[in-house]
Amino acid sequence: MKKNVWIYAVLTLSLILSACSSQSSSGQADQKKSSGKLEIFSWWTGAGEEDGLKALIKLFKEKNPEIPIENAAVAGGAGTNAKAVLASRMQGNDPPATFQVHGGSELNDGWVAAGKMEPLNDLYDKEGWNDKFPKQLIDMVSKDGKIYSVPVDIHRGNVLWYNKKIFTENNLQAPKTFDEFFKVADQLKKKGITPLALGDKEPWTATMIFENVLLGTLGNEDYQKLWKGEMKFDDPKVKKAAETYKKMLSYINSDHSSRNWQDASQMVAKGDAAMNIMGDWAKGYFVNDLKLKVNEDFGWVPTPGTENQFMIITDTFGLPKGVKNAKDVKQFLSVLGSVEGQDAFNPLKGSIPARTDADVSKYDEYGKQTIKEFKEAKLAASLAHGSAAPEGFVTKANQAVNIFVTQKNVDQLIDSLNQASSELKK
Amino acid sequence: MEPKILPPLQSGSSLAVSAKKRRKRNADHLLSFVFILPSILAVGVFVYGFIAWSGYVSLSNWNSLVPDLSFAGFKNYIFLFKDFRFQADLRNTLFFTVFFILSVLVMGLLLAVFLDQKIRGEGLFRNIFFFPMALSFVVTGVIWQWLLNPATGVNLFLKKLGMDSLWYTSVKIVPGVEWGKIQFGVPVAVVAVVIAAAWQMTGFSVAMYLAGLRAIPEEIREAARMDGASEFQIYRKIIFPIVAPITVSVIIIMAHISLKIFDLIYAMTGPGANFVTDVPGVYMFETTFRGNYYANGAAISIIMLVTVAIFIVPYLISSRKGES
Repeated sequence: MKKNVWIYAVLTLSLILSACSSQSSSGQADQKKSSGKLEIFSWWTGAGEEDGLKALIKLFKEKNPEIPIENAAVAGGAGTNAKAVLASRMQGNDPPATFQVHGGSELNDGWVAAGKMEPLNDLYDKEGWNDKFPKQLIDMVSKDGKIYSVPVDIHRGNVLWYNKKIFTENNLQAPKTFDEFFKVADQLKKKGITPLALGDKEPWTATMIFENVLLGTLGNEDYQKLWKGEMKFDDPKVKKAAETYKKMLSYINSDHSSRNWQDASQMVAKGDAAMNIMGDWAKGYFVNDLKLKVNEDFGWVPTPGTENQFMIITDTFGLPKGVKNAKDVKQFLSVLGSVEGQDAFNPLKGSIPARTDADVSKYDEYGKQTIKEFKEAKLAASLAHGSAAPEGFVTKANQAVNIFVTQKNVDQLIDSLNQASSELKK
Repeated sequence: MEPKILPPLQSGSSLAVSAKKRRKRNADHLLSFVFILPSILAVGVFVYGFIAWSGYVSLSNWNSLVPDLSFAGFKNYIFLFKDFRFQADLRNTLFFTVFFILSVLVMGLLLAVFLDQKIRGEGLFRNIFFFPMALSFVVTGVIWQWLLNPATGVNLFLKKLGMDSLWYTSVKIVPGVEWGKIQFGVPVAVVAVVIAAAWQMTGFSVAMYLAGLRAIPEEIREAARMDGASEFQIYRKIIFPIVAPITVSVIIIMAHISLKIFDLIYAMTGPGANFVTDVPGVYMFETTFRGNYYANGAAISIIMLVTVAIFIVPYLISSRKGES
């Protein structure tokens, strides 16, 4: 009997051991895989953006056929799911080879401050990029004089899209100031057309309108001061912006909380609503998914009060610390930052190139105009997309705006933002 | 189990037998211990170890991407109970749990009694009722979101009838007692979520109740009928009391589902405008993985664990007592 027990015990132990050893060997295999393949992490899975990414990967493969690539995209608008996956991988010291990150606070106060990124100054020097990207843009991806990522595209966040048919039929002009906006909105409302489409199932869309109103009311300098903590949120100007926003909210569709940004854009495309405030990925959606014609089916103007201003959202890619194939990653980044790379990616994605010397002829009417305006306009960083302020503040601001959209209590909004502003100094 | 495994006893003096038996028992114990040791270790590390870790994080200052495990006391918990969103979460969870469990119990019992009538095509009906159980909550959420969507589903039909109801987008809260910062009452949108959740889980309670009903011998009913009891009386006086303990099991199982619900809400409504359909699970996900408030997120999960434990622990204790 005793013998039997020992046989069992030895058998069990050997089973456990073999399980462990097989685990460790598969672990090694995984490591080998991750050091061999170049894993590109993004949230580009929608039409347009996915095409752009694929075109970029194709270009890279032509130039570097020996480096295998893995497209590790995680679906979800504005990176809502991808950011969660990324955070757990970074915390677990299993970073992807390179990942999509918005320039500005999301990069600098997030991953750079956490000590997870390698500086890329040598790459910039080698490729001669220092004067190819606008200086303000390089500042957005730098901290303490070190550059931490390569911008691939520029999106504009302050665009008011409108249904051209509705506007011509009603003899209306696209509004450029808040007064004009409310005049137009009143006329549309009288005709029974929803003036402004909103889809705030994901609250960042409502925050986007608010940041646009802030920029349009405060002007560029004061807008920047807000995020540096140099201007308080209970400033009368901020209050005025909140009042304007409140008034705008009386012109939105009643089912806004069940819609996402695509649904809201669709309302404008179908003619159920007249206007929509959204970044210019909406153009990609209009053209790629809904097959609308630029400047025929839909038109655009900067959001009220923001002419010559450019609410900038830039997607960038960096090099995380602890990546085994850093050389290959830099190879990818140099394709990403090249004129060829940017022109392969951006026309499909619907964005404009981050470089100032890209080939303008490859872009549509909207792209051409935006490339031109980008060179002349003053840049402002987007709050909703994490460029202006740390994620912690953005989350709290989203919550405050979410409550504001239904309760429309200006004092409460100002109060919550003021409370959250302690997050800004981090 | 144990006596069955024992081989027939060998002959010998009674003393020798019992010594042998004891040795055998010790050996069996050792053996069984060796076999369950890996699970004990795994559960210890991956369940209790991580619960302890979450508890530790919830008391720390780790509220950014940079890990900061310095002690913060109950700061994160105090913040939560003062927070508008978390108060709304607690309100929503309460109403969701109450309505959800009630509808699962009532619908489950009704459908089980209906199936128990030896109707034709019982198999078909059973499949229809159980089928939703096979779906994931995410699928249910998407389906019901389409059905209740103001622009496409049932609402379009209601609109044609002149009723302009906005189902799950409604931010109305009735009746509206102020509690802390939030209004206390039933958020209308929660009703829509309850419908979806009950649709999915009713099959479970149907199965439980049907098993209970089928376990009652036909003779009891016959005897009652002989005594002149009506069918209704038979159910009320005899059958329902017999299946009553099943209700407790269903409540326990449904309660832990509803207290930690995440996927259905996340797929169907998200937090909702003014957080009318927000629940701690969704808040925890968004705080932790979008806002990088790891300590706050850990505090939410600990609170969720405690609320579930309030339901589960008494049940475990009572069922242990029942066994011994």
